[in-house]
Amino acid sequence: MNRPVEEWASLVPMEDDAPTAFLDVRDLRIHFPTDDGLVKSVDGLSFTLERGRTLGIVGESGSGKSVTSLGILGLHKGQHARISGQVWLDGEELVGASPEHVRRLRGKKMAMIFQDPLSAMHPFYKVGDQIVEAYRVHNEVSKKQARKHAIDMLGRVGIPQPSERVDDYPHQFSGGMRQRAMIAMALSCDPELLIADEPTTALDVTVQAQILDLVRELQSEFNSAVMVITHDLGVVAELADDILVMYAGKAVEQGSARELFTAAEHPYTWGLLSSMPRLDRDRQDRLVPIAGSPPSLINVPEGCAFHPRCRFCELSAPRSLTEVPVMTETSPGHRVACHLEPAERRRLWAEEVQPLL
Amino acid sequence: MAAFIVRRLLAAVILLVVVSMMTFAIFFLVPRLAGMNSDQLALRYVGRGATAESIEATKERLHLDDPLPVQYGRFVQGIVVGDEFNYGPEVVKCPPPCFGYSFRNSQPVTALLIDRIPVTASLAFGAAILWLIGGVSVGVLSALRRGSVFDRAAMSTALAGVSLPIYFTGLLSLALFAYHWKLWPNGVNYVPFTTNPLDWAYNLILPWVTLAFLYAALYARLTRASMLETMNEDYIRTARAKGLRERTVVVRHGMRASLTPILTIFGLDVGLLLGGAVLTESTFSLPGLGQLVVDAVFGNDLPIVLGVVMVASVFVILANLIVDVLYATLDPRVRL
Amino acid sequence: MTISDVSPRPADAGAPRPPLLEVTGLTKHFPITRGVLRRQIGAVKAVDGIDFTVAAGETLGLVGESGCGKTTTGRMLTRLEEPTGGRIVFDGRDITHLSVARMRPLRRDVQMVFQDPYSSLNPRHTVGTIVGAPYRLQSVKTEHGTKRAVQDLLERVGLSPEHYNRYPHEFSGGQRQRIGIARALALRPKLIVADEPVSALDVSIQAQVINLLEDLQDEFGLTYVVIAHDLSVVRHISDRVAVMYLGHIVEIGPRQAVYEKPQHPYTSALLSAVPVPDVTRRDNRERIRLQGDPPSPIDPPPACPFHTRCWKAQEVCRTVTPPLVEFAPGQRAACHFPENAPDGPYEPGTDSIVAPAS
Repeated sequence: MNRPVEEWASLVPMEDDAPTAFLDVRDLRIHFPTDDGLVKSVDGLSFTLERGRTLGIVGESGSGKSVTSLGILGLHKGQHARISGQVWLDGEELVGASPEHVRRLRGKKMAMIFQDPLSAMHPFYKVGDQIVEAYRVHNEVSKKQARKHAIDMLGRVGIPQPSERVDDYPHQFSGGMRQRAMIAMALSCDPELLIADEPTTALDVTVQAQILDLVRELQSEFNSAVMVITHDLGVVAELADDILVMYAGKAVEQGSARELFTAAEHPYTWGLLSSMPRLDRDRQDRLVPIAGSPPSLINVPEGCAFHPRCRFCELSAPRSLTEVPVMTETSPGHRVACHLEPAERRRLWAEEVQPLL
Repeated sequence: MAAFIVRRLLAAVILLVVVSMMTFAIFFLVPRLAGMNSDQLALRYVGRGATAESIEATKERLHLDDPLPVQYGRFVQGIVVGDEFNYGPEVVKCPPPCFGYSFRNSQPVTALLIDRIPVTASLAFGAAILWLIGGVSVGVLSALRRGSVFDRAAMSTALAGVSLPIYFTGLLSLALFAYHWKLWPNGVNYVPFTTNPLDWAYNLILPWVTLAFLYAALYARLTRASMLETMNEDYIRTARAKGLRERTVVVRHGMRASLTPILTIFGLDVGLLLGGAVLTESTFSLPGLGQLVVDAVFGNDLPIVLGVVMVASVFVILANLIVDVLYATLDPRVRL
Repeated sequence: MTISDVSPRPADAGAPRPPLLEVTGLTKHFPITRGVLRRQIGAVKAVDGIDFTVAAGETLGLVGESGCGKTTTGRMLTRLEEPTGGRIVFDGRDITHLSVARMRPLRRDVQMVFQDPYSSLNPRHTVGTIVGAPYRLQSVKTEHGTKRAVQDLLERVGLSPEHYNRYPHEFSGGQRQRIGIARALALRPKLIVADEPVSALDVSIQAQVINLLEDLQDEFGLTYVVIAHDLSVVRHISDRVAVMYLGHIVEIGPRQAVYEKPQHPYTSALLSAVPVPDVTRRDNRERIRLQGDPPSPIDPPPACPFHTRCWKAQEVCRTVTPPLVEFAPGQRAACHFPENAPDGPYEPGTDSIVAPAS
């Protein structure tokens, strides 16, 4: 497959040598041909993730964050999606690997937790049987052993009376218990990479807090690499060590969680931070929304994809209208794709954005 | 579950009573409302060469002069405890379930029904197996290879299948296979299974295929739609994310969910057909319930019509009940 | 706490007016039947006797977790659901059991905005038809014709008048929610019940819709009952907040009081569970973690519904139902051991302008 080498040449090493990071995604592109045109869901995304660390991927619907996670797991059927770039997991490249090989890794080396645990579990099979199934694909064990393991897992994720609940159907569980069971299923084969796609969006706050605690505990116990995909900045603030902000299929800002919450540099990140009402601040009279709506992924705006909605677009015009900004390091570990001068960005953050948060 | 079945059986009995009343009314009440008196009614059943005495005797035997509720009561009584008929010197006993005697040839309706049911059942069950296997497998394959040549060809054929009436496909197949290629040189003649199973099957092949073609087309379309929907469900994605083989994903997760609704439609269709596959039976001259009821309707033979309608209703109601119970067993979310 | 915190609307500055909406003992039980005869063997006590009032021009936020009865309450207020018991008095009229026909004129005054902007708009109708429907249904004549009125409305909610002939699928989620709001506004209602108006929207769009709702309130003097599970949204938009748990209101009061000095332990737990977008607080936040899930509303715990999950629960909580008691001006909670009321119940003095409802 010919990888289009485009202008984004960033700090990520471009050589094809095996990387040192546990998960290393390089120039990932996932495009879907449709009747209306080519949907560029993910368009040149690169990031790395180490064992024991948590990466939060933040973005709105259509930013490409979920498509990225499915792409890493190889869950897009070959004929419909055009995938290019590289996904290195523990020294193995997955985009070019055979589907059968990726299937063997799925569920074992990398596992996923989905947003809505009710629709993500098969309604006709018992919770326990679904966990047993996940365990037995990758482990040669008897049904009895697998069942014991399933009960174990259910107990570990905090389901009361696991030896009885193992025979319940998903609809007999509450939302929070279903998500716990889903986590038990994902963790049944001790995956080294865990991807959680909006793991708490469908849950109530008190249950959400329980699930976030659980993910945190399990991560420290299993020392796995965790990717949390969410639109909720509160959730990433609770979980993530590093944050990647996505907009229209591209990364726009990336850095440590502390850095992004205290010294964000991309106007889109600013917009996200200031548009949400926050309980930890005094109530503002007015929220500061981001104008307009997320772009169509078929006709992504020219230049910086965010420019039609950007409050500071004029400051970097006309480059912002014509030239796609590249991810550039502004301080160690903190990269931003914006045409504004770094000094200007820091000034705007300090003078115009942060005071209003 | 038990309470559900009891409740449904009670409802079934009420439904059967209503069905019988309506059928009864159509044949007895409507002619009276149209101005016929009991003599004219009796005349229909005596035939040519009627004398005043024979008309009187027929009226007497069929109780045509009794008030309608009494007549209806006798009909119900016949089904539940049996009836007696007075043919002048001799009295004929009719054990329950007694649907009376054919007005036209005086045969007991129950015996006629028992005679005809195996024919219809052979036709219905044989065709059902064919169309279930054919329709579902084509539907599943079409869904999995959506947009492929196979899918388009299958769906075009299916569209033809649901649009062409049985008497067209039936007569066409008779003309081609039986008369032109002489695969069935003597046409289709029903042979009971107990007489010769091979002959039974040989003679039923054409009717089975003809009837199954229509339903298979319908089922292929239904299955395809249901399968497409299921394969887009989140739990299919979960199954893939577990690392299951695609075959396991399709069979254990996809088909299990998408075929459950198909199975329930299947139950209802078979129940309906058991009451008489009218078109197929008349096209192939099979002596089944459908034929019987068509003849009886044209001959004003009320007891037979009533009998067939009751039997057909029982089949449909039973099929419904079985389907509901089956659904509750297959889908744990359904509580009866 | 100052008076302006409680009720910032000028309408309330003068003599106390009768509330626009007054709800007493409102109850909704969904029967559960079993057996051959379908005997009723129990009921889902979705809403189990709640009281509250909403003054004209005010926003009341209803918060709680799924299954607490907040949506059922909203549906009863708009009479999409028939109450099992209690009273709803709207603008001086008892509307609890009005027939559909008698309710019809009132539909002009009470409108609903739904959660899902995708399923609440008929995909086969144009925006003009959808937003203009209330005029036709109520046979309202407008000065320059319905079309002109609809276009004015579209403009008012931040859409363009040219959108008149477009279909819902051509719009994004946020725009659809604006269409839904325009439809609700068409007849200049007095009360809008908004059920999760922004929860299906992206963060950046949520803020747009919230601002729009606030602008419209100021412009048309609307009264809102906003039902939401997102505590930050509710704090932002509400003047007063009612916290529901298992069909009961466990705490109700002015926004600032409820959020800063919650009285009911459940309110505290809810607030403490909200993830805060501030990494610096991650490790030193004081958290209250509730265990398990809310009990089933079919068989709610006796006495205080929260005692099964409450860390403060004592014997009295299992035996005596705590009444809603005023612990601070206008702030009432149903708890034997309130969080922030060391002096016990508040004695209404002259400084309170919020008349106790009971």
